Amino acid sequence: MSSAPALVEAHNLTRVFDVSKPWLNRLLEGERRRLLAAVTGVSFTIGKRETLALVGESGSGKSTVARMIVGLLPPTGGKVAIDGIDIWAPASAAQRQRLRRRLQMIFQDPYASLNPRWRVDRIIADPIRAFRLAADRAEIEARVGELLRLVGLDPADGRKYPHEFSGGQRQRICIARALSSNPEFIVCDEPTSALDVSVQAQILNLMRDLQDRLGLSYFFISHNLAVVKHMAARIGVMYLGRIVELAPTAELFAAPRHPYSRMLLDAVPDLAMTGRRRKPIEGEIPNPIDPPAGCPFHPRCPSAFDRCRAETPQLLPAGSAMTACHAVAAHKI
Amino acid sequence: MQDAPEQFETPPASLPRTAQQPPARLTPAAAEPSRLRRFLDSDLLHSFLRSKLVVLAAILTTLLVGAAFLAPVIAPHNPYDLKSLSLLDSNLPPMWEQGGEPGYPLGTDDQGRDILSTILYGTRASILIGLASVLLAIAIGLSAGLCAGYAGGRIDALIMRIADVQLTFPAILTALLIDGVAIAIFKTYDLDAAKFGILVVAIGLSFWVQYARTVRGVTLVERNKEYVQAARLIGISPFKIMFQHILPNVLSPVLVIATINLALAIITEATLSFLGVGLPATEPSLGTMIQIGNRYLFSGSWWMVAFPGLTLAVLALAVNLLGDWLRDALNPKLR
Amino acid sequence: MTQPVLSVRDLVVGFPTRRGVLTAVDGVSFDIAAGEVLGVVGESGAGKSLTGAAVIGLLEPPGQILGGSVHLEGKRIDTLEPEAMRRIRGRRIGMVFQDPLTSLNPLYRIGEQIVETIRTHAKVSSATASERAIDLLEEVGIKGARSRIHAYPHEFSGGMRQRVVLALALCAEPQLLIADEPTTALDVSIQAQIIALLKRLCRQRRTAVMLITHDMGVIAETADRVAVMYAGRIAEIGPIGDVLRQPRHPYTQGLMGAIPAVAGATATRLTQIPGSMPRLNAIPAGCAFNPRCPRAFDRCRRLRPEPITAGRTEAACWLLAHDAGVAS
Repeated sequence: MSSAPALVEAHNLTRVFDVSKPWLNRLLEGERRRLLAAVTGVSFTIGKRETLALVGESGSGKSTVARMIVGLLPPTGGKVAIDGIDIWAPASAAQRQRLRRRLQMIFQDPYASLNPRWRVDRIIADPIRAFRLAADRAEIEARVGELLRLVGLDPADGRKYPHEFSGGQRQRICIARALSSNPEFIVCDEPTSALDVSVQAQILNLMRDLQDRLGLSYFFISHNLAVVKHMAARIGVMYLGRIVELAPTAELFAAPRHPYSRMLLDAVPDLAMTGRRRKPIEGEIPNPIDPPAGCPFHPRCPSAFDRCRAETPQLLPAGSAMTACHAVAAHKI
Repeated sequence: MQDAPEQFETPPASLPRTAQQPPARLTPAAAEPSRLRRFLDSDLLHSFLRSKLVVLAAILTTLLVGAAFLAPVIAPHNPYDLKSLSLLDSNLPPMWEQGGEPGYPLGTDDQGRDILSTILYGTRASILIGLASVLLAIAIGLSAGLCAGYAGGRIDALIMRIADVQLTFPAILTALLIDGVAIAIFKTYDLDAAKFGILVVAIGLSFWVQYARTVRGVTLVERNKEYVQAARLIGISPFKIMFQHILPNVLSPVLVIATINLALAIITEATLSFLGVGLPATEPSLGTMIQIGNRYLFSGSWWMVAFPGLTLAVLALAVNLLGDWLRDALNPKLR
Repeated sequence: MTQPVLSVRDLVVGFPTRRGVLTAVDGVSFDIAAGEVLGVVGESGAGKSLTGAAVIGLLEPPGQILGGSVHLEGKRIDTLEPEAMRRIRGRRIGMVFQDPLTSLNPLYRIGEQIVETIRTHAKVSSATASERAIDLLEEVGIKGARSRIHAYPHEFSGGMRQRVVLALALCAEPQLLIADEPTTALDVSIQAQIIALLKRLCRQRRTAVMLITHDMGVIAETADRVAVMYAGRIAEIGPIGDVLRQPRHPYTQGLMGAIPAVAGATATRLTQIPGSMPRLNAIPAGCAFNPRCPRAFDRCRRLRPEPITAGRTEAACWLLAHDAGVAS
């Protein structure tokens, strides 16, 4: 675990969406409100120069967490603090703007991440202008050129439009934009999922280089365990809106504790062709509007017992990791 | 799992000056072609030239618009100058008919106005009103659509209900309503001068809904895209996001609607003038001419209706065809 | 040697444009035997989906087959009339697409869709077809098939829908199944289920499978042989174990190095191949991979390499000839 002071602290984050039908329909059809608990009780810290990853399948809530952390979606409960300041309750608008400058985000879809009608230099300069980080146009231009070079592109590319670039190049432009405000912390929401494998390798290497060189912290969201193993120091596994395991990378892969983590690891295809036998996996992710009682994983869990059906497990330490599992807590597995 | 072969460069841990080679220039690095060259080579121009009908439509439109705006220069007479008119010259047939005069190539109307000149000046008026009202409709519709799409919730509902109400009134009715209100407000002084403005407002107000709906639809899609999220992230105000970030992306469909709407606006103005609530009889537009000519149709003076009618039809058709082509040409480029 | 189910020779697929012909698939050859799974792997733009579309005759115009041949069980199918091809599609070649949501008609119950397909290709009564449909659904792992047969596609989850799509593709008992990115849109745990299902069903039925994907992991789990495509050509083809453990072609080597591994120690850096796949209108002369290849030499830039056998794999790379001592 990192000994550096925590840059980012998420405490008991919760987000509930109201997915009920419009009130008139509810009135006429006699239906109740329907609430979707996308994220429940998520807590973690990220230190300076550290990468924390959140892994999960669709419906796990990891993207929702990312949006709450970065300030795009207000949480219904809990708080997010950057350097001790609650980003959802800043003292003033100026403080909020100062906080904004320190965080940035890289998105999944390189095609929707860039405004197709703006030139690349304008896109990258947007944060510089918004935070008034440069004195005049010449300075902005110089900075944009420098950023383009930093991500492996030509400064002359600034005059082009996004559609003239490939997926990997666009993602580099997104990274350049994210870096333009000199942030300390970048949230990466599946940044390479839409890219080819060889391009993914380029982008991941680039991100690591930038982290080393600029001292960045990353919050890395992905569904791909292999990618996450490569990028993160610590990994959180999410299932149906909760963190079920939070462990240092090496430990998670060597000895996963939570049954879901084991299942996920088992499901990763075996490229090394070790001939590993895979246990067939049962069931599918339940509907988040109507989650199972107690531990949300119990219908699919091979180690479930009565306590699992009654009580939702808390995230408790188990070795150097943390797990939310009654079976682990009771030393059954 | 085999080791990464050493042949592949593993870039050093610290970032060198030019980190990665920009993608290998597989095409010989030719000088960036000039914009003219790119335009001449583009698919847009190509699809334009391939359709003879569209080229014809473009030529016609250009001719008509050009002629209309050069009216003061090329028209043989000035039909708006009441002093130059002479009742003795009224009801003359076109020059190739018996009784016609070369000075009045297409004949004259009941006031002695030269039909050709009146068509030229009238087309100018029609086009100006058409353009102005379309611009007004765009201004209102664009803003309404952007706000509704971006804000969502109650604002969206409010704007859309207003739009729905607006739609229940046919364009002509709206125009008549506004005209009536204007008459009540302006009394009699300077009513004629204000007519232009009244017409523009009337027609513009009846057309904005179409833009608003389309723009709202596109905005709803764009607002969820990541580039908008990136802008929100750095604290850009909703106003700027709507008008600087999203607006450029909604212009294509707006442009297409506008071209088709232009034809419709011109016809609407003609209709209003025909109904008598358009431009004054002393400054006739195409529609007014048709109205005047209508009265003389059965007495045999066919030229007073035919030529303005033909001009109106050709103009509307040409603009419509251009709009159709534009929609098809822009579509694959859009998505 | 029994005849392969599918035999593709020197297939060329191109798009005639006003600026010339863009060749998307350039001289691709492979065979698939009964009960065998051939994985066709490549990155976006490599031409793998187009190859699949060409085999089943579903190329979107202006794309067309410009050369080569496709034989299904010895009989040539790429020159068939559209009507004859339509009869083959579904009956002898089944296809599974990426997005299960759009593969099923949302307005019809799934039972109706399966029965329709069965009855199009076999003269059976509606009742028999229904029974077959129920059996098939149970076989693909949909519990309570007898009642679920009356459900609409939107009532199923993504994984379930893909199972239904598999059932649809196999219901007419085809000899060949083409699966184009069948698991890409699914979660990892569901992927594993679908892959296992696909393998089991095709093995039981001795169906030849052409599995198109960009995911090496899926190939490793499913395929018997693999063809690696690059810029419309096959770079390397061979048994899965051999290609994965000992890739011969520098592109395959780079690709394997670029994939982050789950097993083993965390590598500090992933191997990266500089540049990107060439656009269709800018494919280099000689070997398509030569500008990005760290071991390219003079011959690679001039001559397009022939597939050269090395062990049980074939790779289109001059290095293999070079190594064998042939003068360049």
